[in-house]
Amino acid sequence: MSPKTLYDKIWDAHVAHEAEDGTSLLYIDRHLVHEVTSPQAFEGLRLAGRKVHAPDKTIAVPDHNVPTTAGRDNPDQMPEDSRIQVAALDTNAREFGVHYYPVSDIRQGIVHIVGPEQGWTLPGMTVVCGDSHTATHGAFGALAHGIGTSEVEHVLATQTLIQKKSKNMKVEITGTLSPGVTAKDIVLTIIGETGTGGGTGYVIEYCGDAIRELSMEGRMTICNMAIEGGARAGLIAPDETTFNYVKGRPHAPKGAQWEAALAWWKTLYSDDDAHFDKVLTIRGEDIAPTVTWGTSPEDALPITANVPAPEDFAGGKVEAAKRALDYMGLTPGMKLTDIEIDTVFIGSCTNGRIEDLRAAADVLKGKKVKDGMRAMVVPGSGLVRAQAEEEGLAEIFTEAGFEWRLAGCSMCLAMNPDQLSEGERCASTSNRNFEGRQGYKGRTHLVSPAMAAAAAVTGKLTDIREL
Amino acid sequence: MNKFETFTGIAAPMPLVNIDTDMIIPKQFLKTIKRSGLGVHAFDEMRYDRQGNENPEFVLNLPKYRETSILVAGDNFGCGSSREHAPWALADFGIKVVVSTSFADIFFNNCFKNGMLPIVLPQEQVDLLMSDSERGENARMTVDLEAQEITTSDGDVIKFDVDPFRKHCLLNGLDDIGLTLEKADSIQSFEAKAAQERPWV
Ligand code: SF4
Repeated sequence: MSPKTLYDKIWDAHVAHEAEDGTSLLYIDRHLVHEVTSPQAFEGLRLAGRKVHAPDKTIAVPDHNVPTTAGRDNPDQMPEDSRIQVAALDTNAREFGVHYYPVSDIRQGIVHIVGPEQGWTLPGMTVVCGDSHTATHGAFGALAHGIGTSEVEHVLATQTLIQKKSKNMKVEITGTLSPGVTAKDIVLTIIGETGTGGGTGYVIEYCGDAIRELSMEGRMTICNMAIEGGARAGLIAPDETTFNYVKGRPHAPKGAQWEAALAWWKTLYSDDDAHFDKVLTIRGEDIAPTVTWGTSPEDALPITANVPAPEDFAGGKVEAAKRALDYMGLTPGMKLTDIEIDTVFIGSCTNGRIEDLRAAADVLKGKKVKDGMRAMVVPGSGLVRAQAEEEGLAEIFTEAGFEWRLAGCSMCLAMNPDQLSEGERCASTSNRNFEGRQGYKGRTHLVSPAMAAAAAVTGKLTDIREL
Repeated sequence: MNKFETFTGIAAPMPLVNIDTDMIIPKQFLKTIKRSGLGVHAFDEMRYDRQGNENPEFVLNLPKYRETSILVAGDNFGCGSSREHAPWALADFGIKVVVSTSFADIFFNNCFKNGMLPIVLPQEQVDLLMSDSERGENARMTVDLEAQEITTSDGDVIKFDVDPFRKHCLLNGLDDIGLTLEKADSIQSFEAKAAQERPWV
């Protein structure tokens, strides 16, 4: 048998039908659904008189629109259009009989945090969701990617997707990370290197010692942003870290089924001689705490660098850099550490897990946020929130001057009232710094949770190693 | 879905690279529960000021580009979110074809599901179409999917590639779900086998 990559193995285990031209029907093990990209899909089913093919494999949770302030189960807290979307999910979830975590449920949260937390996401699975950051689940060695609403309807109706296989890409991070460097810095560095289109057409497998050393939380941060590098999905081969995380979760297999599952999961790695179409290797020691200066995640630089000039680039990127500098209100040549921040957002499916909150709280202990700073922590799920309260993290945040919010997407994309105003500048642990992403004319710098906490204290982008 | 038929239309130049889905349709318009009516909001933040007045410099606001049906765009068009609202907004505006050197994967897929054709061409050919599109209503291009050809206003013919299955679906206006349900037997036997091999799923 010819050697296979991890991606090849998962793909092969899920092909329900293959046409002569290679177009395949890929069977989907888990389908996650949220309120923004699903209403038109359920409506389509209803109009065609179709059912959800596998309601037991479908999990719905509202996250994008929901307010993150107290008293939010009162629907009057939401503007009408948000309320209609959340109500539509509520009706659809109940009518079609899928698993559902409404806002009143402590297990509610960002869909990509809830899936792993509840044990819905398991190694070797195919996982899809009408959301590009579905790539997150690849941290478990699951083939996970975002789909559009037409595909959401297709999966609801058939539990399959029409797919063509992507190419294999390997990103290896060797060695060990320096102190102060986190998973977020790794992934920003990778995207800075490949560009936002560098992974287009590929499924990326992240490997190497520095990746192996990461916790599941860190691995999820990396895979979460695979899409920011253009890849269809990101993968990390499952190992003891993965199995320990999964074991005992509400929907993880138990008893004899656990043993059977484990036996298969242990075969999920890329064979020694497996072929990768593209390979990128980065030394862990070369990665510094990293921030973005522009309006694309590829505009990433070590915190010790200066703001670049348009002339530093070539082709269409010259114009894009000019536009980005103008939008961000930055002057070429200025030090990144001289950029003043007025807002800090800690949360999102990239960095809204317990370990992220621990890292931020660690920096904030005994400190206060800079005067006039708006600082907000939005835990990724109700359970993350509860755990952080139990560990005393919530207290550290509130004493430092952070708002302690309820779970949701919040200022990651600002569909709820948590938004930047025109010209406001935010150090954010989220994944996208696009124009207007966090609010009309708002300015976003992507950073790790520790770097976000540091910026909250000093009022500037700050090298965490010097705080 | 409507069948994709040969048409002749105005092309507009959008040379910026990395035009993302947040630019194509900002999030405040994702709160709809319908597919239609998003065309007036396409490129909202570039197209209008905060008060909703048109920005006179934005390409699609120029009189000669009001009837645009083809976009010639910079590299990596449609990157970012999976929101199908992006192709819905473009299609509702009247866009039928987007040409670029590359597209983000999910956006590319989403186009086909909505009767739109994304065409990938090498840089030189995109440059040629870009300069042709600068001539506004004086330059009408013809897109023939059957023959896989774009004909410029000067009569230059540019060939393009398209996946045969997707071409077939576009030309015939076929709905994916209907096609897949014809393979219900394969899905059922896959499920039976998977239940044996991976009962924990
Ligand atoms: S937290 Fe942000 S990136 Fe993640 S699902 Fe929500 S909106 Fe998308």
